[in-house]
Amino acid sequence: MSIDLNSGLIALAPELVIVLGAVSLLMIGVFATGSGVRIVNGLAVAILIFAGALVILMPTDGTAFNDAFVSDSFTRFMKILTLIGSAVTLVMSVGFAKAERFDKFEFPVLIMLATLGMMFMISANSMLSLYMGLELQSLALYVVAAINRDSVRATEAGLKYFVLGALSSGMLLYGISLVYGYTGTVEFEGIAAAVTNGEERQLGLLFGLVFVLAGLAFKISAVPFHMWTPDVYEGAPTPVTAFFAAAPKMAAMALLVRVVMDAFEPLTSDWQQIVAFIAIASMVLGSFAAIGQSNIKRLMAYSSIGHMGFALVGLAAGTQAGVRGVAIYMLIYLAMTLGAFAFILAMRRKGGNFENISDLAGLSSTNPLMATALTVLMFSLAGIPPLAGFWAKWYVFLAAIEADLYALAIIGVIASVVGAFYYLRIIKIMWFDEPLGRLEPVQGELGTVLGVSTVFTLLYVIVAGPVEAYAEVAARAFFAG
Amino acid sequence: MEQGALLTGLPAAFFYLFAFVAVAAALMVVSSRNPVHSVLYLILTFFNASALFLLTGAEFLAMILLIVYVGAVAVLFLFVVMMLDIDFAELRTGMLQYAPIGALVGLVLLAELVIVLGGSSFGPETVGAIAQPIPDLAIRENTAALGDVLYTEYVFFFQLAGLVLLVAMIGAIVLTLHHRRDVKRQDISRQVARTPETSIEVVEVESGKGI
Repeated sequence: MSIDLNSGLIALAPELVIVLGAVSLLMIGVFATGSGVRIVNGLAVAILIFAGALVILMPTDGTAFNDAFVSDSFTRFMKILTLIGSAVTLVMSVGFAKAERFDKFEFPVLIMLATLGMMFMISANSMLSLYMGLELQSLALYVVAAINRDSVRATEAGLKYFVLGALSSGMLLYGISLVYGYTGTVEFEGIAAAVTNGEERQLGLLFGLVFVLAGLAFKISAVPFHMWTPDVYEGAPTPVTAFFAAAPKMAAMALLVRVVMDAFEPLTSDWQQIVAFIAIASMVLGSFAAIGQSNIKRLMAYSSIGHMGFALVGLAAGTQAGVRGVAIYMLIYLAMTLGAFAFILAMRRKGGNFENISDLAGLSSTNPLMATALTVLMFSLAGIPPLAGFWAKWYVFLAAIEADLYALAIIGVIASVVGAFYYLRIIKIMWFDEPLGRLEPVQGELGTVLGVSTVFTLLYVIVAGPVEAYAEVAARAFFAG
Repeated sequence: MEQGALLTGLPAAFFYLFAFVAVAAALMVVSSRNPVHSVLYLILTFFNASALFLLTGAEFLAMILLIVYVGAVAVLFLFVVMMLDIDFAELRTGMLQYAPIGALVGLVLLAELVIVLGGSSFGPETVGAIAQPIPDLAIRENTAALGDVLYTEYVFFFQLAGLVLLVAMIGAIVLTLHHRRDVKRQDISRQVARTPETSIEVVEVESGKGI
């Protein structure tokens, strides 16, 4: 169902709000003096929340702008997750901005524009809008990674991300051009129709599919396109790392789901192999490579690689249950990641922020509340029942088993057990090692984020029903027709 | 031209000329010792690529390639290369070490491409399915045909491209603009707004004392 231009603009309302908001905040930031950064940051959070409210309150179903833009229950689900990720990151950056002189009003504006790109990615319904959304998001992320330009590590992170990101965009574009060459269209429905109606399966089309998937796998930092992740996570300022680990993953995963479930749906058996391979490689590498890490940001980088692998297990199933699993996984991953980064941002002693895991020693006796919160989050990330992380894995593995992908599920469980080691090591260091001294008092907003996310992971079982129902509705968007 | 027919005659001769020069110049870009020469070879590559576009009847792309890449980007490259004091010989030291692996990867990819693309054909039904086919030059010019759809059917993408450029501009400013406080700047409005009352003070100085 396609919508005319006026209704199309209504479908685009949340995005338009963010565009206009970002441009006006740019003006406010330039002309406001003194506390300009705080004002811009606060308004940016308000605009993101308002856009989220629009997504929920004004649901439109259908495609707009000649099938370039799609809006359905799945896009709404993922957009809300993305907006939560961005807004919470901005809230968490306030204290960091004060302490570390990270006071550029462009930061919230760039985060908003990156979020805008993500929303266009989620709503992409043709290869052109996919690429435009992706570039809008990536370009803003490159700048944000290097925003602390006086730090050698941050600029190195930004440059590395930029060069590798440009390479992956090149691969993606090459794949898109091949797909266009074999199907004659860039629209997802058109590609699916051309593949279904074609006489034989063209090898060149598969080649294009591989390149497209490689480009998208880079964006969710799945193995073997993960090399940039640990360096960028470590080098970028911590609020930026928190943002990288949360919001862009939601959008890129949604985009990947949309591409394989819509455009390449007739080639399911082909992309299933690729996605299953990427999933296995990510889970295994994420689990093993994290063991030797001593920096908590690098550890979270490998952790995110592993978690993307687990989420892909659900996608590899290619069923409605699988897509539902991916949606739930991303929701729970978002909650756990934001909580963990709230903790990392709160890791301050007199000398400033620290990032070494060994410096957490004995936290249980000096800051028992924080130690407990992180313990819950780590247990959840490891996937110990009855915490949220366990249920996330349960849904995707269940979908894999229902789709007869036993090997994938078994490897996933083994990787999960291996991965549990490094999460448990952090808990051991906090509870059983000699104390090193108190942390500085935690700022209110970080404490709130940490508390909310801990309570959510702890009591997920209570909200499991509604979450599951909502994710079910989201997943049905691909299977209605 | 008939679908699937091989290029023959004069167009074929020009195609091979431009294609060979483009590839050769591209090789020189990466292998030439002097960075200024590299940029000049890059410009040669752009010219030949634009000639290839002309051969396929895409005259708008050909012109835009020259205007944007040769006119703006390559000139910018030249300025940067001449202004920055980078020891390119030192940057190049690792190149021989990595070259064999890079060449191997490239060769494997090339072989795969030849096998895949040689074995399958862009079917004739694909040409019929193209959403926006290039109109015959006699009916509508390429530039006009692009204009027909760019601001109507593709207005969404056009606006998105504008946003990407906005982000690029903000990014360039964020990463390079330094507000230096130790430099005195001329503020003409403040100068003009000065009056004798605000700038001259009459002081009664007692004799024998300073101010």
